[in-house]
Amino acid sequence: MTFKHLALAACTALAAAGAHADGVKVGMITTLSGGGASLGIDVRDGFMLAIEQSGRDDIEVVIEDDQRKPDVAVQLSDKMIQSEKVDVMTGIIWSNLAMAVIPGALAQGKLYLSPNAGPSALAGKGCHPNYFNVAWQNDNLHEAAGAYANKAGYGKSFILAPNYPAGQDALTGYKRFYEGELAGEIYTKLGQTDYAAEIAQIRASGADSVFFFLPGGMGISFLKQYADSGVDLPVVGPAFSFDQGILQAVGDAALGVVNTSQWSKDIDNAANAAFVESFQAKYDRLPSLYASQGFDTGLLLVSAMEKADVTDQEAFRAALKAADFASTRGDFAFGSNNHPIQDIYVREVIKEGDVYTNKIIGVGLEDHADAYAAECSM
Amino acid sequence: MSWILLVEQTLNGLQFGVMLFLMAAGLTLIFGVMGLINLAHGSLYMIGAFAAAAVAAATGSFLMALVASLAASAVAGVLIEATVIRRLYDRDHLDQVLATFALILIFSEGTRWAFGSFPLFLDKPEWLSGTVMLPFGIEYSLYRLVLIVVGLLVAAGLFWMIAKTRIGIRIRAGENDREMIGALGVDISLLYTLVFALGAGLAGLAGALIGAIQSVQVGMGEPVLILAFVVIVIGGIGSIKGALIGAILVGLTDTLGGVLLPRLFALFLEPSQATSAGSSLASMSIYILMAGVLLFRPKGLFGSA
Repeated sequence: MTFKHLALAACTALAAAGAHADGVKVGMITTLSGGGASLGIDVRDGFMLAIEQSGRDDIEVVIEDDQRKPDVAVQLSDKMIQSEKVDVMTGIIWSNLAMAVIPGALAQGKLYLSPNAGPSALAGKGCHPNYFNVAWQNDNLHEAAGAYANKAGYGKSFILAPNYPAGQDALTGYKRFYEGELAGEIYTKLGQTDYAAEIAQIRASGADSVFFFLPGGMGISFLKQYADSGVDLPVVGPAFSFDQGILQAVGDAALGVVNTSQWSKDIDNAANAAFVESFQAKYDRLPSLYASQGFDTGLLLVSAMEKADVTDQEAFRAALKAADFASTRGDFAFGSNNHPIQDIYVREVIKEGDVYTNKIIGVGLEDHADAYAAECSM
Repeated sequence: MSWILLVEQTLNGLQFGVMLFLMAAGLTLIFGVMGLINLAHGSLYMIGAFAAAAVAAATGSFLMALVASLAASAVAGVLIEATVIRRLYDRDHLDQVLATFALILIFSEGTRWAFGSFPLFLDKPEWLSGTVMLPFGIEYSLYRLVLIVVGLLVAAGLFWMIAKTRIGIRIRAGENDREMIGALGVDISLLYTLVFALGAGLAGLAGALIGAIQSVQVGMGEPVLILAFVVIVIGGIGSIKGALIGAILVGLTDTLGGVLLPRLFALFLEPSQATSAGSSLASMSIYILMAGVLLFRPKGLFGSA
């Protein structure tokens, strides 16, 4: 027994040391339990799929669950940096957790690849050469929704979002591109599940369209209640309320709703087709935009490893910045602040057989960067 | 603001209130009769919604789903009463909080294990969809109207049960002096299990009714639980009448506060500042209400002793 244990420990130690000498150790802190778990699970599954498909055995991934709590995330991050001694960190979904963890990790010389959260503070003045965002800056999808509203000829939008930083960013992002006037602007409570009062105000406001940012369960509630309210104004929103996991719970109420996303399963390129097929084969469900972000983050990491060694941080950073991988989104490049420059698509919710999903109906913004890049001096 | 909008918002507040009552009634009975703080009440609400979603998906019948929600949450209630809660009656409130909080975690992760992390689909039936025209040109959701009626019917049923039936007499007696009714030969342990199952069933029914217009997901019960505690503190712990009045007060304050406060601030602030200041104050409004009530009636509106 003792001998077995010793041998096992020795093997593990050897394997760990071996992996660390010429490979990369990744620390992934993401949300795997609690209300927002489906996002973290999708990011993790997408990321691990990319690593698996690379065929490399020199990438070690340590995965931990932050439970969507900033204090837990900070503890995990300390553990990853001090005792696990990871080279690269990734995984965080929520902007408030990102702000609690990422600046500290960067200050301790780690590389951070964000698969989801893109707070403006890290895109503008707080940008950092070791921080790469592979998803979007938080405002991007809302900006595209504003641009779409102009194209669709909306002149009187009613806009609503939860009263927290990402909600305020959302309405700011929409207004940055939207040129019409506002029929009303409401901040709802974060986590609110009943929107009867807001829908009554929409009905009374004389609006010609509705823009909403209500991620997760909030969006499910809003859409179901909106569809039943007899108000039939066109609705537009960012993809966060229309991802693959949520749509099935909304059902018919989501059909025909227009939403903006940097990714969709019908973007026509070989990398995306292969991704959708292999993700479905492995996990037996359709990928969401979060899964695509996790997958692209994995691809980015692998592409950099092929060009440079992680111990040479200068070269590794340059390799990351080159973004030399076949993204599921097609064209993908990093701007001066290490945030994506990419197309943002306009999608519509359709039903394919029994499954609710999205179909691209146009491009909202082409080669879109973010509004904060100018403030970044890097 | 037109008065039609005001009437509609009042109906919304009323609907929110009667659904809160279904949650609060069980919570207040359990606290009143057994002196137990049950944080896991929100989990029973979630179990009701998940059971309804599963049965609705399998049978396609909404009524069957409602029956299932009542049954599943009542059974879950009996199970946890017999295995965990029963050992807590003589304990300190802190121990009860700790143990029932553990139950929340067990139920949440257990539900995730059984149903996955993605929200489930549950919709109201076709015959309850759409809107109805009320007098004076008010267009209102049929389903929400039905929720108000169902909630008030359940409230009436509970009042009748507490006031007129034998079990009701025992419940009231149990609130007043549990040792005495035990000495009089009432099986107190059976009474406790019954009250707990009743409270659990009501919470499950609320979960299913609300789940049809909201999202059925893990963790859906906890926000409602907090509001239900506010309700029973306002209404007076142990009082069903207090729970009903408290629930409607909270429902109306929350809904009308969210609508009226931003407009009030708009009179003297910039529109975007008014929106954010108004919504911030609106989310505090029910707690301010609670503080106000406690200032004048420390035991709540209908609290005894």
